[in-house]
Amino acid sequence: MTSVAEKVVIVGAGPAGIRAAEMLVSAGIKPVIIDEGIRAGGQIYRRPPDGFIRSPRELYGTEAEKAVALHTLFDRMVADEQVEYYPQSSVLACANRTLHALTPSGRREFGYNRLILATGATDRLAPVSGWQSPGVYSLGATQIALKAQGVALGRKIVLAGSGPLLTLVATQLLKAGAEIAAVLDTSSMATQMTGLPGMLARPGLVLRGLLMRAKLGRLYHAGVRSLGIYADEQGPVRIRWRNAWGAERVTDCDMVGIGWHLRAETQLAGLAGCQFDYDADWAQWLPRTDRMGRAAEGVYLAGEGLRILGADGAEVAGRLAAHACLYDMRLPVPDSSADLRRMARYERFARGMARAFPWPAEMVRKTSDDTVVCRCEGITAGQLRDGVDYGGAEANRVKSLARVGMGRCQGRYCQLAGAELIADRAGISVCEAGRLREQAPVRPAPIGAWVRDA
Amino acid sequence: MKPHPRTGRIVRLSETARPRVHFHLDGSPCEALAGDTVLTAILSCADNLRQSEFGPERRAGFCLMGACQDCWVWQADGGRLRACSTLVTDGMRLLTEAPGGWPL
Repeated sequence: MTSVAEKVVIVGAGPAGIRAAEMLVSAGIKPVIIDEGIRAGGQIYRRPPDGFIRSPRELYGTEAEKAVALHTLFDRMVADEQVEYYPQSSVLACANRTLHALTPSGRREFGYNRLILATGATDRLAPVSGWQSPGVYSLGATQIALKAQGVALGRKIVLAGSGPLLTLVATQLLKAGAEIAAVLDTSSMATQMTGLPGMLARPGLVLRGLLMRAKLGRLYHAGVRSLGIYADEQGPVRIRWRNAWGAERVTDCDMVGIGWHLRAETQLAGLAGCQFDYDADWAQWLPRTDRMGRAAEGVYLAGEGLRILGADGAEVAGRLAAHACLYDMRLPVPDSSADLRRMARYERFARGMARAFPWPAEMVRKTSDDTVVCRCEGITAGQLRDGVDYGGAEANRVKSLARVGMGRCQGRYCQLAGAELIADRAGISVCEAGRLREQAPVRPAPIGAWVRDA
Repeated sequence: MKPHPRTGRIVRLSETARPRVHFHLDGSPCEALAGDTVLTAILSCADNLRQSEFGPERRAGFCLMGACQDCWVWQADGGRLRACSTLVTDGMRLLTEAPGGWPL
């Protein structure tokens, strides 16, 4: 078999997946692209459905040109039949060089010789008392609702957490005419300053962030602690918090958006055989790869599922992963040294950002026993701590005993808080508390799709 | 029949000139706009999507990107769909609780 006859599959059609596809296409390869979105673009450059009329400038602000370039490139590759594109399709499992996916027309298997995973990221969540109430959403959800649907998820909104999305979503909502009651950042001004040296690798972005922050004025509070959401049957009614000086505050609201930066989506990478290392800056397990994104034999990673470097970094990582793939197929490749330099700069910036807006480890460790940690099944911090005491301080043991990580989201929104709580209870490091083993299917799958017709 | 009397938690800030779509929520007629997800459609006329199976609270979705699986809602024919990543269509019959006879 010649190398060009090898089948390359890309999972994810965000910035990383699109740029990876572009490079493969330019080398004469026709990749399969499987994406969950209704339209390609990923999350940050998510496109509204047909019939929406806001301009790219309104949707993507300063990033409009980048978004349009990616969308145009992708649509052209699809129209010219340079890629085999499966939208609204979820890869559920990966074994023996075969992906098992659920497409709009049912179950489908995709064999591959080489696999590029560009699975992106989700919000990184920490448990807040009351966060299981209807009307509490992730910051990413808050932004998706605005961008892809033109709606606010409440009439009086509080945003809480830390990270670039907090300020960005707040300014976007204000501009669109939503009412924001408060923006609560758990990172103190002093902590934010510690990230500044690294963040100066991209001074333009720092300036843009500061200008956005200025627009929030007195709505923005740094160094916030002791968050607690109070809700009735309809949803949140107020949020209690302490300001940087310890004074208690109460803010009325009917919607709360929370999130602490992002968490790499790595379930398929794990199933495909990747190894993981705990990264202290990003406070999460990240896949082990070489600098091009090679993770295992024939498996390449790109974008935020590899490193949380933002959309620009994802584009570059997509090119590098495709580059590595082509090189391993013994095909000619362009020089990638400029992209590698870009990646190094983006990583300095992103690590600075991760330090400036850190995972709220202390807040998580103080989670009260009655606070829900697993939103899927309503399992509390107290039940998790009991699990640690009964069964030993290891995430997969605690999952078996207390079901934290067993629910429908498969630990995506409780795993990191769970590891923090296990580490605290047992007096060990978060790294020692361990990472949940991924299990297929990585999305809920209707049994009917696997039942063959008689 | 008159449209669903409740107003939901969602506030439409833009893109309101789209054609209307009609669907049923728990048997009552509701109105949405073409291009709404099922989540947007339901929450523009109701506060919640469904009853939690594990706690007393109701649920209204959480991540809106297909990762948390909080927004699965029932259809009258017994099927389920993920509300955040499915577009509403004319004539959909959606339920906030499991249809009768479903063993919970």
